[in-house]
Formats: sequence, structure tokens, C-alpha cells
Amino acid sequence: MAQIWDSLTGPWRALPARQRQILTWAFSIFLLLIFPLVDNAFNWGVVNDVTDVLVLVILALGLNIVVGYAGLLDLGYAAFFAIGAYTTGILTWPGHSLQWNFWIVIWAAVIVAALFGIVIGTPTLRLRGDYLAIVTLAFGEIVPVVIRNLGGVTIGVGPWRLVSDFNLTNGVQGLNPVGRPSIWGFTFSFDPTPWYYLILIIAALVILASARLQDSRLGRAWMALREDETAADCMGVDPIRTKLLAFAIGASFSGFAGAFYAAKLQAIFPELFKFNLSVMILCMVILGGMGNIKGVVIGGMLLQLFDRVILTQTTFFVRYVGQALHISPLATIDLSLWRWFFFGLAMVVIMLVKPEGLFPSAARRAELHAAEEETLQPAERG
Amino acid sequence: MTETELFIQLIINGVTIGSYLALIALGYTMVYGIIQLINFAHGDVYMLGFLISLTFLGFLDVNRTLGGWQLWVITFGVMFVTMLCTGTINMLIDRIGYKPLRRAPRLAVLITAVGMSFMLENLGMLWKGPSQINYPAIFPAIDILNDMLGMTTAVLFTTKDVFLMGVTVPLMVLLSLFIRNTKMGKAMRATSQDREAAALMGINVETVIRNTFFIGGALAGAAGMMVGLYLNTGRYLMGFDAGLLAFTSAVLGGIGNIGGAVLGSYVIGFLNAGSDQYLSSEWTRALVFTILILVLVFKPSGLLGERTPEKD
Repeated sequence: MAQIWDSLTGPWRALPARQRQILTWAFSIFLLLIFPLVDNAFNWGVVNDVTDVLVLVILALGLNIVVGYAGLLDLGYAAFFAIGAYTTGILTWPGHSLQWNFWIVIWAAVIVAALFGIVIGTPTLRLRGDYLAIVTLAFGEIVPVVIRNLGGVTIGVGPWRLVSDFNLTNGVQGLNPVGRPSIWGFTFSFDPTPWYYLILIIAALVILASARLQDSRLGRAWMALREDETAADCMGVDPIRTKLLAFAIGASFSGFAGAFYAAKLQAIFPELFKFNLSVMILCMVILGGMGNIKGVVIGGMLLQLFDRVILTQTTFFVRYVGQALHISPLATIDLSLWRWFFFGLAMVVIMLVKPEGLFPSAARRAELHAAEEETLQPAERG
Repeated sequence: MTETELFIQLIINGVTIGSYLALIALGYTMVYGIIQLINFAHGDVYMLGFLISLTFLGFLDVNRTLGGWQLWVITFGVMFVTMLCTGTINMLIDRIGYKPLRRAPRLAVLITAVGMSFMLENLGMLWKGPSQINYPAIFPAIDILNDMLGMTTAVLFTTKDVFLMGVTVPLMVLLSLFIRNTKMGKAMRATSQDREAAALMGINVETVIRNTFFIGGALAGAAGMMVGLYLNTGRYLMGFDAGLLAFTSAVLGGIGNIGGAVLGSYVIGFLNAGSDQYLSSEWTRALVFTILILVLVFKPSGLLGERTPEKD
């Protein structure tokens, strides 16, 4: 068996590492490009779901900049996603008679999200880590509340009105419809395939940006701050400015995702951006491995696979077992109700057992295990 | 309601909200004082206190207003058992989630805390369902001003308000006596000042941490039951909401400072009641969180705290 395997993979292993890498990449890209055709041929009908998963992966990559690279715990990341989505909604909703072009709006969403990253970061980044966590959590709670309440604001004293029934976000009803992108006379509509290719392009850009940032001067400054803020400060890294950039860049990624998501869904509500979403994205980042692009992408996809496929399939299986053994609680169980419980459990278990995630970067692993090893091993770059 | 009546009502509401917030805030502030960790799961322990006491009342099969000795025995008996349960749960949270990570980077413990909170919150949902849960009205609600004192006023001040304060305030006094006068209390104060020096003086720091978690959890459990008896309704998300409010109170008073947590809770309680009354309850949370951010930015040591939160 082993010999057959060796003879099959021999030519592959004989190739130089560089070529193998290029071939792997080319093959992955080829698979991603032909995926809608395969999906169509086999009638799976999952292109739409895969598109949604990619949106979440982009969010995870954005959060990875903040949590993974800079080591700042942001528990309200969904708020930036909401801001990106609502910027798109507000600028393209017919009710506001602005109806800007989507290709301009997506950049507006990115800029607005990044600005909010700076606004929330400026006062809070001086605080120590756990305060930052709770402030971002509070921010994540405020944003949906504010969105919900900005559907008809009246400010005035007595009969005098500063603002009368000002409607920015259309309150609980949400913004519907949101403007669709169109290019060369082709308008994106209900067919998921064009959306898939669009998100693929955005994802590629985001991955490229993450990868370039990681090795850049800024990326190294983030990691230096994460590992030892005092030492980094002494070496001339400006902590506040560097952290602010992490917040802004992380938020800008979610601006992309938000704009895309709003346009694709065609309707956005404040309820879409709750704390649960922030936790899910955080979980995606942690599962794969904080600070590692490959880890975050694969970990995020695994988590989504678990959430969307494995959990339902396991439900059927457990019910089947329950019926066979006449255990009524098992026969009627719905594991999809347990999904958030499992996310919480996953966070605890990963942190206790394998804090560097499933696909760790070497530097992060060394750092997270520093306490156990009496002397810190020189970290390899991962 | 006249303006004066509105204002008096506001004070009553503020004090009741502040009283139960204080019980929760104490747990945050004590744990923070000793291991410098925001125990995110603390609010959910409070929620579990609500659910556990509800379950015990279900075992006893009481769902009517009680009177006489039955009322006191059942209420305080259930409260005592609930406090034991939630105290133990909080201790287990520390044992399972935080203790193995004492020397790990802070980010790891924080993430565990968030995960713990999320797990408990959703256990609560799986246990009793996602909708509002009714809590039996075993405590009589008699309008004191109108029915007992024979006044005619729109202000609502019932025996339940008296009961809430009558339980929370003695608990706080007991805690303060415990911390001030017992050996364990002294050890707790020493540990929160300097953990390593305390260990060198022969204090078993792990025991102190365990006790702190137990006491914090017990107080949160009592708060959960009190709120159940007071509002007669609750839901699995109540821990998340109250947790954020209580944490804000603890920060406002100066985290790590017991008196500060109580003071902060009453301030937040009044603000909460005031915003509900004069602004709109929709904006209350946004207002409270704005205060949280402002305090953290401009006076991170809080109203009574001496130590500023230093970088680690």
C-alpha cells in the first residue's frame, strides 16, 4: 500500500518546493474558478451558501488583523460589518433618492468602516486589553441599537424642531431594496454565480492584502506590540498609532464584506448584526489559528462546514439512534439549537488545549506556550 | 403623575435597580481585584441563579403568593441553596477555564471567559427555552403607600421593593464585614494588593481565588433570585444585559474597590431609571455604554478607585 502511494506521489515529491507551491496554488484557483460549473453539473445548489461562507471568511481575515496580528481582543467586530452594510444601504436605498453606483459605494463603505474603527479606537486603545474587549463589546451592542432607533428621530424643544422625523436607517423594517451592482450592462440579480465570482475577487484581494501586511514594516510592528508592548515602544514603535492602524484596516475589510453582503441580500436589518455574529467570527479566527492567514481561511471554512452541514447531518443521525433505542429526548433533538453552545465550547477547549489553533503560525505557537517552556525558544517565522 | 411623584418614583426605581446591580457588580470587582480578569461569565451565573431558583421552586411546587412562616422558610431556603449552587458553578468556571491559564497571555484567558459566558448563556437557552420565562409570584406585592399607609398617590412602592433592599443591603454589609474582619478577608485584600507578596507571606493564593469566585457567584445567584421574585419574569439573555450594566457600575466605582462597586451600581441604577423616564428606554443602553467608554477614557480609576489600570 505504502509503495503504491510512494510511486504515485513520487514525481510530485521530486519537484522543487517552489514549483510544488505554484502548482498547488494554480490547482486551488482552478478548482475555485470552476466550482459553479461543477455545482451546476451535479445539481448541488450550494453556490449561494459558499458565497455566504466567503463573506464570513473575509470578516474573519479582517478580525485576524486586530486579534491575530495586533493581539487586541475586539468583541464587537460585527458592528463594523453593520456599518459597512448600512453605508451601502443608505447610499443606494431608493428611499434616500441617492442611489449611488455600487462600485463607488463599496469604497465608501470601506472608508466609513475604517473611520469608525479610528473613532472607536482613538479613545480606547490606551486602555489595557480586557477593557478594550468590554468597550468593543459595548460598541457592538450600541451600533444595532442606534441603527434601530435612527428610523425616525425628532429632536426639539417644545414646538421648535432641530430635526423632525429624520429617517436614516428605516428602523426595524430595515433598508429594502439595496442597490445592485452592474457592470458593462450586466446587472447582478438572483443568480448566485456572478456574486460568487465577485466575492472570490474580493476575497483574493483581502488575502493578498493580509499576506503583504503580515511581512510589512507595519505587520512586524503589530506583532512586536502583541508580544511585548513596552519593548516595542522602546524600539520606536508608536503603540497608539500602530494599534489604530490595525483597527482601521481590520474594520475596512469588514466594509468590503458589508457592502457586498447588503447588495447580495437586497435587504438589511439591525437584527443581522448581533453579538452572536461577532463571537462566530472570533471563533473562526481562533479555530484556525490566530495570526495565520491559511489557518483563518481553512479554520473559518471548517467551522462553517460544521455549522451548516455537519450539525444538521448529526441531528439526523442522533435522531435515528434515538428512535432505534427508544430514547425520546434523543429522537427529537435539534442540534442546530446547540450551535452557539458549541461555539462557546470550542473557544474554551481551543484555548485550553491548543491555543495556537489547528493550523498555527510558528511565532504564535511559541508565544502562547512561552509560559510552559521555561526558556522561550527562538521563534521561527511562520 | 405630577413632577414630584415622577421624581420620587425615579428614586425608588433607581434604588431597586442599583441594589441588584450591586450584588452582581461585587462579583466582577472582587474577581478583578484578585486576578485582574473580567469574568465575562459572571452575568450568566446571575442568569443561572434565576433559573436554578426557579427550578427549586418548581420542585417545591409553589406557584401562588405565600404568607406567614412558609414565605420566609421557602424564600430563604431556596435562596441559600441557589447561592451554594451558583457559587460552586463560579468556582468550577475558574477551575476549568481560568486556572490552567494563569500564566498564559491575557488574550487566552479573555477568550476563554467569553467562551464560558457564551456556553452558559446558551445552556440557559437550551434548558428553559429562548422566550420570556414566568417566575412564580410567591412574594406578596402590597402597595405600601396607598394600601398600608392610606395615602393617595400615584407612586408605586410595594413590599417587594422593601424585600429587595432588605436582602441586598444586609448581604453587602455581611460581605464588607467578612472582608474587613476575617482572616480570609484579610488574605483576599492582601492578594488583591500584590499576589506574589501575598504568596510569599504564606497565603495560599489559589484558595483565596477559589473563595473569591465562590462568594462572587453566590452573590450573583442571590441577585438572580431576587430579580425573579421582583420582576416575575426573565430570560436567558438577562445575564448578558445585567452583566454589562454591572460591569459598567464596577468600572464607574473603580474596579477592584468593593465600596466603589456599590456606589457605581446605585449611580447606574439612577441613570437607568432616569433615562427610562425622561429620555426613552430605547436609548438607555446606549447611554450606559457611552458612560462606560467616557469613564474608561477620562477616569479609568473610577470614582473611588486609587489604582489606575496599568498596562501589563
